[in-house]
Amino acid sequence: MPHDHHNHEHPHTLLPSDPALRVKALETLLTRKGLIDPAALDEIIDTYENKIGPKNGAHVVAKAWTDPEFRAALLDDATAVVSELGYYGRQGEHMVALENTPDVHNMVVCTLCSCYPWPLLGIPPGWYKSDAYRARSVREPRKVLAEFGVTLPEDTAVRVWDSTAEVRYLVIPQRPKGTENLSEADLRALVTRDSMIGCGLAVQP
Amino acid sequence: MKPDPVFEEPWHAQVFALTVHLNEAGHLDWPDWAARFGATLKAHGVDRDLNGGSDYFAAWLETLEAVLAERAMTDAESLATLKTAWERAYLSTPHGEPVVLSQ
Repeated sequence: MPHDHHNHEHPHTLLPSDPALRVKALETLLTRKGLIDPAALDEIIDTYENKIGPKNGAHVVAKAWTDPEFRAALLDDATAVVSELGYYGRQGEHMVALENTPDVHNMVVCTLCSCYPWPLLGIPPGWYKSDAYRARSVREPRKVLAEFGVTLPEDTAVRVWDSTAEVRYLVIPQRPKGTENLSEADLRALVTRDSMIGCGLAVQP
Repeated sequence: MKPDPVFEEPWHAQVFALTVHLNEAGHLDWPDWAARFGATLKAHGVDRDLNGGSDYFAAWLETLEAVLAERAMTDAESLATLKTAWERAYLSTPHGEPVVLSQ
């Protein structure tokens, strides 16, 4: 990895870490065998770093808040509806939208590994992939929510959904009160990543 | 506020993209991959809690290496040779110049 060195003790390029070199070896071998296209790798990285992320999910949520027909279609068949917006899974996974209400709060985990709605939320944050979250969100969801600063009324049920390679979930957080006059574009800014995992609430403007 | 980087280290992005590309090119079934990766995470997490950062991608890389070797898409000898070649290339490339493998 290139690095600023002013004393020129290391005139050569710094040696990458062991795993970084193993990845380079895999890439080179698979490229030489014609199994992969290095340009496609760059394209995938660019997509995940720059083009997709929670703003896609926020678009879907804000549209669901403001367009009853869209909301109904989304709850009925999220895969089809978000695909129409251009947000489809590269792994062909099925998307399910979960609507939070005063009665039910949904939150999402992947106890197996880290399945996540990539096209809508991008790459999951570190905590989503941690053993702590993966184990505890199932065992003590209210405690985990409290650590995210979310305290729910006692009569709100908490449902925890376990993602799989085939099914990924998007939480539709409750629309904040007093936002009736906001446009869809303004509402998007209130929809945080964590609120779409069910570990946060939409921002009260 | 600056958002957190999507990938903490460049190799995390590389190994992620490599896996996604192998899936898209039809070399890797995603549910199979998730099952294998989940098993590695479970094995790694027996003795300690994984933090979801570098240890997560270490498990990812280990799984990918194992799956590709099983399917004879890679072999240990070629990989070791290439890894050494990359090491040499980094050590012999002057700072600031692109690092390339000599054939």
